[in-house]
Amino acid sequence: MSATTASATAPDTRQPAPAVKKPDPARARRRRRLSQWGFIAPAVVFMVLFFGYPLVRNVLMSFQDYSPSTFFDGKAPFNGTDNWSKVFQDDLFGKALWHTIAFTVGSLIGQFGIGLALAVFFTKKFPLNGILRSLILLPWLVPMVVSGIVWRRILDQDTGVLNTFLDTLGMDGATPWLTSPGMALFSVILVNIWIGIPFNMVILYGGLQEIPKELYEAASLDGASAWRTFRSITLPLLKPVITVVLVLGFMSTVKILDLILALTDGGPADATQTLGTLTYQNSFVQLDFGAGAVVGNVLILISAVFAVFYLRANRSEGK
Amino acid sequence: MSTTTAAPAPATPAPAGPRPATPAKRRWGATVAGVLILCVMLFPLYWMLNTALQPESGLLEVAPVPHEVDLSGFTSAIREQGGHLLTSLAVAFGAVVICLAIAAPAAYGLAQFKLRGTRTIVFGTLITQMVPGIVIANALYSAYVDLGLVNSYFGLMLADASLGIPFAIVLMRSFMVAIPTEVIEAAEVDGAGRLRTFVQVVLPMSRNCLITAGLFSFLYAWSDFMFALTLNTTDDVKPVTLGIYQYIGAHVGDWGSVMAASVLSAIPAAVLLVLAQKYIAAGITGGSVK
Repeated sequence: MSATTASATAPDTRQPAPAVKKPDPARARRRRRLSQWGFIAPAVVFMVLFFGYPLVRNVLMSFQDYSPSTFFDGKAPFNGTDNWSKVFQDDLFGKALWHTIAFTVGSLIGQFGIGLALAVFFTKKFPLNGILRSLILLPWLVPMVVSGIVWRRILDQDTGVLNTFLDTLGMDGATPWLTSPGMALFSVILVNIWIGIPFNMVILYGGLQEIPKELYEAASLDGASAWRTFRSITLPLLKPVITVVLVLGFMSTVKILDLILALTDGGPADATQTLGTLTYQNSFVQLDFGAGAVVGNVLILISAVFAVFYLRANRSEGK
Repeated sequence: MSTTTAAPAPATPAPAGPRPATPAKRRWGATVAGVLILCVMLFPLYWMLNTALQPESGLLEVAPVPHEVDLSGFTSAIREQGGHLLTSLAVAFGAVVICLAIAAPAAYGLAQFKLRGTRTIVFGTLITQMVPGIVIANALYSAYVDLGLVNSYFGLMLADASLGIPFAIVLMRSFMVAIPTEVIEAAEVDGAGRLRTFVQVVLPMSRNCLITAGLFSFLYAWSDFMFALTLNTTDDVKPVTLGIYQYIGAHVGDWGSVMAASVLSAIPAAVLLVLAQKYIAAGITGGSVK
């Protein structure tokens, strides 16, 4: 059977072959290219729908009047720059912007500083190094909301373990970590530093491993001090990795939402309200999606500026 | 050669007789320091477990070590959150499937086919990682309302897949660039179509980076809170992250069971860290630096 079908089809394909062959190169190339695009197209479509569309839609929404009834009657008339002026005139926006800056800068300094110190520490050879280094990743892998809730219990003013511990040390054991407007932002930053340390450490550790050992040997032959070696060899050679780690850290910190909702819900008295939580509050609590979109656009603008930094860093690293 | 190198060799231990002890001691000293650092870093997680085992403490202070193992916090957590854990599991697996099905072919195409738009698309993929999630949710919500995807498993899976797709493409592409063209050409000369070459040759070769990408998209989806919070208005689809968050709003006193639920929700991370350590480390460095 198979032999007959094979011989029957063989001349069949032979005959039209020369006819097809003439326009073949162009058409075959087009067909090949089309099938190649088939691999990439789903991803492009997905990214356009889930990243491109929201970006455009957010700009449009910021000029539309959304109200709780919008999702029943579908009416969201354009209202010019009303949303923008409303958001910018509200004191809360300035507060949230300031909190976002403080939160981002404070978190990055803490995460990066401690992460780098730990990365340098783990470049030493000592027993159990590998196991300890990988277990330290655990805080980073636990869902952020869950970490936030655990810390909320730890930082509880009356019965949290941190205040109990400070009490036994004879220090102020009644610190209102999350309940006083003056302390809350500081506490939230501390928790975020704890979350970010592992990520910083792992990437910086990877970068440190790339630095040729001979450079350190040469430096120690020259009698350079540890600090001098760090400043003249480690830091300059680690610079591309440092840039990447800081920019990625910035990206994930500036849009923070989960952690703050879990720790303080933006309170007390809006003391931990950031651009991320303000977007959420406007859109999903007050159902004013127009105002939410305005804050979201500001967030995008800030991220875009840093995206440029990131791509520059990436490019210079590739060269 | 061997004699010259052999000569100083016995010389070193002789004068350094007492010395080997010092480096060894110093090395163990570093281990002690490392263990201390780890203890500080993992203390909150210990405290989560410790609180979970003392459900009777309620709003009181929690003892540093549980006096007796009381699992009632866990039983009530499973009663309250067991369904949400299953929801999380289903959504995360769905997101992984969507993520890999979309990202793997794209990574291969962007790595191996020399198509005109390739650079732009890779650039775009890098950019998408910088779009704040809440901005996406803000616009997605109204689109989801129109499409009837709010409160649906599929809608949440799609949104959660978006957390992993750009990362997976970047990670797998950087691996697939290194597959020699000859291997692919050889398969195509043998008569394999493009799709068969991909499935039978490229995917098996890329096993490790597929696992890494899959693991990370699982963790992203499992940890997701923002999409769960914004794209659901009813209790139909409630992952455990959202379940725990709403639970503390309602039952402030019942910390034992909240912490038990937290412990359960942290289990996948812990299991993956133990079982798939090398893939996790590869993912963190590969996905972010490349």
